[in-house]
Amino acid sequence: MRNVLALILAGGHGKRLGILTEKIAKPAVPFGGKYRLIDFTLSNCVNSGIYQVGVLTQYRPHLLNNHINIGRPWDLDRKKGGVTILPPYLGGVSGWYKGTANAVYQNIEYIESYNPDFVIILSGDHVYAMDYNDIIDFHILKGADGTIACIEVPIEEANRFGIMITNLEHKIVDFEEKPAQPRSNLASLGIYVFNWRFLKEYLIEDEADQSSTHDFGHDVIPKMIKDNRKIYAYRFSGYWRDVGTIKSYWESNLELTRPIPPLNLYDRHWRFYTQTEEMPPAYCASSSRIVNSIISEGCEIHGIVENSVIFQGVYIGENTVVKNSVIMTGTCIERDCLISDTIVAERVTIQERVTIGKGEPAPSRLDEEVYTDHISVIGMYSKIPAGVIIGKNCVIGIGVTERDFELSNIESGGYVLHRE
Amino acid sequence: MRILGLILAGGHSESLRSLVAKRASAALPVFGKYRAIDFTLSNMVNAGIRKVGVLTQYNPRSLMDHLGSGKEWDLDRKNGGLFILQPYVSQEGSYWYKGTADAIFQNMTLLRRGEEDYILIGSGDHIYKIDFSRVFDFHLSNDADITLLVKELDDTYNLSQYGIVELSGNRITNIEEKPQKPKTNIGFLGIYFMNKYLLMELLYNYVTKGETDLLSIVTSQLDRLRVCGYLFNGYWRNVKKGIDEYFRINMDGLKKEVREELFYKYGKIYTKLKDLPPPKIGSTAIVKNSILSDGCIVNGTVENSILFRGVYVKAGATIVNSVIMQDTVIEEGAIVKNAVLDKEVLIRQESRLVGRDSIAILEKRAVL
Repeated sequence: MRNVLALILAGGHGKRLGILTEKIAKPAVPFGGKYRLIDFTLSNCVNSGIYQVGVLTQYRPHLLNNHINIGRPWDLDRKKGGVTILPPYLGGVSGWYKGTANAVYQNIEYIESYNPDFVIILSGDHVYAMDYNDIIDFHILKGADGTIACIEVPIEEANRFGIMITNLEHKIVDFEEKPAQPRSNLASLGIYVFNWRFLKEYLIEDEADQSSTHDFGHDVIPKMIKDNRKIYAYRFSGYWRDVGTIKSYWESNLELTRPIPPLNLYDRHWRFYTQTEEMPPAYCASSSRIVNSIISEGCEIHGIVENSVIFQGVYIGENTVVKNSVIMTGTCIERDCLISDTIVAERVTIQERVTIGKGEPAPSRLDEEVYTDHISVIGMYSKIPAGVIIGKNCVIGIGVTERDFELSNIESGGYVLHRE
Repeated sequence: MRILGLILAGGHSESLRSLVAKRASAALPVFGKYRAIDFTLSNMVNAGIRKVGVLTQYNPRSLMDHLGSGKEWDLDRKNGGLFILQPYVSQEGSYWYKGTADAIFQNMTLLRRGEEDYILIGSGDHIYKIDFSRVFDFHLSNDADITLLVKELDDTYNLSQYGIVELSGNRITNIEEKPQKPKTNIGFLGIYFMNKYLLMELLYNYVTKGETDLLSIVTSQLDRLRVCGYLFNGYWRNVKKGIDEYFRINMDGLKKEVREELFYKYGKIYTKLKDLPPPKIGSTAIVKNSILSDGCIVNGTVENSILFRGVYVKAGATIVNSVIMQDTVIEEGAIVKNAVLDKEVLIRQESRLVGRDSIAILEKRAVL
């Protein structure tokens, strides 16, 4: 039996998700009606038979810690192995994690305690189903020092990724970060398998390098390739999403409502596990009309829902229309509202006659880097008073109350934030 | 106050026909994701009871599978937790439970060993939500020896199927089991609360003399002991009373006030997790006044129905006034009306199943 330890990098901020990650780490962002992003990676681990999992956290870890807890939903509450949360700590050379490689470096003692043959480095914010045994088998077969999971992207988009250039044996001979003239379309998925002894050597070397940013993608892996070590590319061809932006987050959620979704959540042999609140099944009233949507437990739907993902415990009132939207847990939308192309975060109250997603898109006046598309985002715990009209690409911040609304008409690109 | 919970879950009823062919009535699926026993078990746990014994006898496999280690109810504990009490064979012989009192008597060890002072006895067949702490307070403030839960039963209950009590104030003066001519409309709900040592004394006294039914023993004590009736006025139904009652209970789940009471008052109802994705409603679907559970895919028409977990309704299929249990598949163009479909049933394309005068039933894994 090979000894594999999985390390999930879950400390990232996910800045490009704007107010969705203002209070929670990106891996804790809700997805697909009942899950949080990290559920996919954790479930892949246990479905692949890996029951030794370290989760490296740093940015706003409370909700994530609470979600993972002792790992019970994933059967990771074990006497031997199981899940261990690895926050930054003081003592010796430690401190805040300076980069992905440094985060792993700081946990060398933890890793050594398992004395693994292989370490698989994963990201806590990707949505995909992957049997890690396949990449580990490939790694062993190639006699590799390290193996990087890659996916073929359209060549015209290759300039957005870290691109691997391989020889006929799949050995990586060169690496280019976001190249203007890509020589290949093999993009790294941020999933790495290493022989532990080999990785440890490089981590120690990288730590001593003053010029390094201590990041796997930027520093450690390019160095390994430059040293002509045996680093191979494993081609993955299944569904994989890095829901790094508001738009990709919104799209990947709505993809699940397609007749045959690209990610099969219904595969009984590859289940995705999560920690959720116990709730009764969903109720769809006589007045409801629901098409192409996901409606989760605890929901009560009286209105019209089209092409949307509705999380647990959501109430949608009579004569309200919700279209092309993602509505998270515990949100209440009263009657006669029209919500389209919107992400509504957890436990929001939208009073009657509110319209969101009206008019033509306009550039965001809050942050043009983050809010790039037409999608409006409503932050958690906010309250939108009756009759308010909100345009496209608008932002309503976290915990906004009725008093924060100076106008009853927020034009496209506008925003309302909570004032203390 | 330390309380031991006991749940009688060994029952069987011919009137439930094929629905109980392979399961105890306490394991009957209700409201899309629950089993009948979840209600009593969750009520007990919500009232702070940390040790619960479940007495099983009739085909317990699905019940045992459902309860597991008791983890969903936080009953997987070092101290206390869940105890499954089955009839057993020993050197003295083997004894099936001959009645409620006999069943508890045969498990006297659990009563003797525990440090609990009180015992709460319920049934796995009852669907209700209660704050038991009020019953405990009632018991103490009435200085009762035994408290029985009772309820005014309206004309939707067949009184001759229940134990009917007469009350004088809070005190029960008479109990008649399944009377032909009931003197009142106050029915006993099958829930007892009393001092554990009193129960042990009664059992030692009467079971050894051949009395095997707990209610009969309590009835014989009405003059000697202070037996009080706690009048419960919430929703309470018994799945064991037949197909029509089982069907009615499920349909009650479509009523807002019933859902509010059962699922949102006095804590939650816990059940076994299945780790299925949320239900998905397709572009050709029409869903009206229905309950959908995790893992469902609906592309057809569903009206006034309860869909359990993993049900697949294909495009052009129609389901009306029906209870569809876990992993059942209804293919294109099929019509199901006024029916209860057990688990893993397959209704083939263009088939029709319509209950006319009574509810149509298909047993587990049936193919139509």
